[in-house]
Amino acid sequence: MGYQLSRKTADEIFGRLKQDYDIFAPKLYPGEGCFSDTDVIRYGKVGSLDEIEWSKRSDYSFKEALLAVNEVLFYFTEKETRVPSCTDKKLLIFLRSCDLHAVKRLDAIYLNNGPEDFYYKRLREKARFVLMGCSETCGTGFCVSMGTNRTEEYDLYLKPEGELYRADCRLEELQRYFLTEEVSVCEAVPDYVRENKEKVTFPEKLSTETFSNPLWAEYGSRCIGCGRCNSVCPTCTCFTMQDITYRDNENAGERRRVWASCQVDGYTDIAGGNSFRKTQGEKMRFKVMHKIYDFEKRFGYPMCVGCGRCDEVCPEYISYVNIINRLAKEEG
Amino acid sequence: MKNEYIPFPAQVKEIIRHTDIEYTFRMSYEGEVKPGQFFEVSIPKYGEAPISVSGIGKDYVDLTIRKVGRVTNRIFEHYEGNSLLMRGPYGNGFDIENFRGKEVVVVAGGTGLSPVKGIVDYFSANPQDAEKVTLIAGFKSPEDILFKEDFKEWEKNLQVFKTVDTAPEGYEGLTGMVTKYIPDLQIDDIENTVFITVGPPVMIRFTIMEILKLGAAESSIWISHERKMCCGLGKCGHCKMNAAYVCLDGPVFNYAESKDLID
Repeated sequence: MGYQLSRKTADEIFGRLKQDYDIFAPKLYPGEGCFSDTDVIRYGKVGSLDEIEWSKRSDYSFKEALLAVNEVLFYFTEKETRVPSCTDKKLLIFLRSCDLHAVKRLDAIYLNNGPEDFYYKRLREKARFVLMGCSETCGTGFCVSMGTNRTEEYDLYLKPEGELYRADCRLEELQRYFLTEEVSVCEAVPDYVRENKEKVTFPEKLSTETFSNPLWAEYGSRCIGCGRCNSVCPTCTCFTMQDITYRDNENAGERRRVWASCQVDGYTDIAGGNSFRKTQGEKMRFKVMHKIYDFEKRFGYPMCVGCGRCDEVCPEYISYVNIINRLAKEEG
Repeated sequence: MKNEYIPFPAQVKEIIRHTDIEYTFRMSYEGEVKPGQFFEVSIPKYGEAPISVSGIGKDYVDLTIRKVGRVTNRIFEHYEGNSLLMRGPYGNGFDIENFRGKEVVVVAGGTGLSPVKGIVDYFSANPQDAEKVTLIAGFKSPEDILFKEDFKEWEKNLQVFKTVDTAPEGYEGLTGMVTKYIPDLQIDDIENTVFITVGPPVMIRFTIMEILKLGAAESSIWISHERKMCCGLGKCGHCKMNAAYVCLDGPVFNYAESKDLID
């Protein structure tokens, strides 16, 4: 159902939603960027609509709302283990179309690749998604090429339009928050990007031959293996298990999982000294082929959603878009 | 719903010392498990390590552990009368049905013998279930030989080549790489022969080259891959090769289906 509402009414509705939901949305953190005097937009819990950064795509994706950077799997003391409790509230996550498509990729790994993941599932069941809509393209995204520029999978669509908000509610659970006299019913079709600056031709003839294309070594020579592309990617899901103990009591601690990057040294190291991708070129090939080839072979659609964050964040100005376009040209 | 990350404590029933850095830990365990599967073994504070099953009994599993990392160092130091945390078993394991009634050749290097030991044990106890079984096992030196007691049993029932890469002068056993013994294998019917090879990646590569020279079909070769299996559940990503997750789709692969897997 589509609605139009004033800013004041939207704030009131937000206030009521806040009582039942933990609300995660992109926020501007002034001065907290990687370099001095730069800002960063990343996800955080928001207390009001004004805190949400609507104008620009977030530098980091929504994924940390469902997969914490450090997630405690259990606390241990001597022979006992205890699983941390989960939030009682439901989750409302504001995101854009590309990211909502990424949720499907996270589900594929965490719910449909081997046994269901206990921690992901218990949060995922509580998660509702608010589509933010994009009236124009971001700088590096190529969602149109990937077909991720539109979605109908949202629970709520919300968009500020001047002094008003336009909303489209698809989930009955959320409908009741809009049943006030101040809300007028109207048509609300989500904004979506029709054309990006970056265009990607998706290679169709990739094969295991592609693994030996010299371009990997070429790009690898520029890559410094910082792993930022993995951190910002909404579809990167890897982690490493880690045990820590508390400084004041070494018999107590926690086992957790921590985001991992296939671009960083050590990712494939096994005890005894073997490791499997030593050069940066091999690591980059592994990542790119996963995004555009391996995942699709397993699940039937590409992993990459074309958000373009990796190209924006790379300190070496390596363009993933160029890599894909070159593969399309060279491999067909 | 089951939380797969929560380990269970298992008692160390017995320790079999093979070398200074390789022990078999006999762990109390009742449940279904196949040779070639693995458990995530852990000690709180030190973390988890994937360890293959090297023997299966009614109320135990054997885990042959090599002391080469943070977790395994700790296990060696603190096992006495203790328990270890385990979760699993994970992975597909070897399916005995693929080998029944065939000429079976097992080529294993070092601790690579662990994942396949259950198969060797089975055919040693039930020699009538295979046409013929040959084991070629290689170790670095005589001091590195594992499963010495088991070899005595196997040598009674199977054809065994136990070789070491290098040996001091006067050593009476076989020497040389495992690949040295492949060309002279007495094979009656190559069409009815299956090969299993487990060991370091380089050994696997050269072993397969030798096996193919015998005229064996690619589909007659089975390998088990060792990768960094952090979670064992298809989530953490570390063990992925192309579209395959070694922890879910492997670690046992048919060579014909897995030869294009690239790290």
